[in-house]
Amino acid sequence: MSDTPSTGAPANDSATAGGSRLVLDADQIARACARMAHQILESNRGAHGLVLLGIPTRGVVLAHRLASAMAEVEGSAVPVGSLDVTMYRDDLRRHPTREVGRTHVPVEVDGAVVVLVDDVLYSGRTVRAALDAIGDLGRPRAVRLAVLVDRGHRDLPIRADHVGKNLPTRAGERVRVRLAEVDGVNEVSIDLEATDESGPAGSARPAGPSDTEDEA
Amino acid sequence: MRHLLSAADLDQAEVVGILDLAEEMSLVQSRPVKKLPALRGRTVVNLFFEDSTRTRSSFELAGKWLSADVINISAKGSSVSKGESLRDTVLTVAAMGVDALVIRHAASGAPWQVRRFFADLGIDAHVLNAGDGTHEHPTQALLDSFTLRRHFRATDPSVTDFSGRTIAIVGDITHSRVARSNVLLLQTLGAEVVLVAPPTLLPAGVSTWPATVSTDLDEVLPRVDAVMMLRVQRERMSGGYFPTPREYTIGYGLTRRRLDLLTGGAAICHPGPMNRGLEISADAADSAHSLILDQVAAGVAVRMSVLYQLLGGADDTPPPSLGGHS
Repeated sequence: MSDTPSTGAPANDSATAGGSRLVLDADQIARACARMAHQILESNRGAHGLVLLGIPTRGVVLAHRLASAMAEVEGSAVPVGSLDVTMYRDDLRRHPTREVGRTHVPVEVDGAVVVLVDDVLYSGRTVRAALDAIGDLGRPRAVRLAVLVDRGHRDLPIRADHVGKNLPTRAGERVRVRLAEVDGVNEVSIDLEATDESGPAGSARPAGPSDTEDEA
Repeated sequence: MRHLLSAADLDQAEVVGILDLAEEMSLVQSRPVKKLPALRGRTVVNLFFEDSTRTRSSFELAGKWLSADVINISAKGSSVSKGESLRDTVLTVAAMGVDALVIRHAASGAPWQVRRFFADLGIDAHVLNAGDGTHEHPTQALLDSFTLRRHFRATDPSVTDFSGRTIAIVGDITHSRVARSNVLLLQTLGAEVVLVAPPTLLPAGVSTWPATVSTDLDEVLPRVDAVMMLRVQRERMSGGYFPTPREYTIGYGLTRRRLDLLTGGAAICHPGPMNRGLEISADAADSAHSLILDQVAAGVAVRMSVLYQLLGGADDTPPPSLGGHS
């Protein structure tokens, strides 16, 4: 669930700008995507049977980028879809009714190798929800996880297979991924949101829909 | 959104939100596992004081496909037939700890009454109107708009609302809750609504509705994007509203001849059950214009969407707790 409000976010010029630190610029994001695309193909020994399912919003954008990078290498198109996990979240009752995104699965999931794609991996709860959602769609041969940023602080026993950037963070910080297709700019930054007195991971995670982009 | 009693409760953004979500929900019908876990642990009661097949069963399926626990209570075979009052029946059901009450009642305004009972006693269950007397039937209007919007989108995928569309509602406007809810909802979506009926079946005060009124179906049909035919209820046939069923058909039925007056892309809707040969001919009901079966198919998806909007998030008044209404 990526839902970063992109409302006039000040352009961060590489250094610190008002409590925000640039972590990846456009070129670095492009290189990370290209590398992940290669890694996915390598570990799958080609594109055979692959399906990329992005988690809305920015996971879908990334899935399309990975697919076009893979198409350049392999010469064949890898199917791309979107998998909304809202209905499978474990915190529905803790928030006002959440908006549901689009689910579009272009091919049969049965027997396929599904690569879940998201922007940020944090608590692991979104991925847990995604695994449940996939289970209702069919029985894939395998499910892999590709994320642009792994910021740590997992609540669940989940890890990514392909990571664009490992980014050590503190729980009070906020990782912001902006992608041109959604936000008009390609960059990953860390916002020092308010304070980081929220203590150890999991105990007092910032709540509220605007923070969901971190809950990958 | 706390309750859904009237189509007027919804602004345009909310309606579009419900219809968009219903599009997602409709995909569930084609999945191997027709279930989403969103309403796990929630309880929905269908309390039907009037007979119903499609509304009750689609509410039941909608709740079940969202993993809610659903029970059905109908007036026949319940304490209602022993003379229990609406208030006692509703409070008895609420005392069992339900999260939402879907109510159909022959008396106009019954769901509002139920909402008041709940408010007086601090019961935080949601109330959904599944048809009250001759007053409103908001989920029917929502599924009609969902079906029509899909139809319009087939030629223009960018359609979100009905601005620039003309939609006629034809038949017994006076006694039709479907017509009332549709007038309100179609207006919210920006359509121009034309009501067509014999003067005896137009309600007092219809001039204040957000719709124009006509008694000439032949004149209206060529300029509409869709026509909604209303059922002529049996009990009205001998009520002096029109001389004979045959005469009604001649004046206001969608006959084979009138089918040719429709433009190529115009749609035909009917909330069912149909009186074939009376308000709608078999030719019209089974023609390529007809969306009648699509309407039935949309019923579950639209009601899933509504149930999710009402029950999918945190309870807004008191924070999540087991107390209150249980």
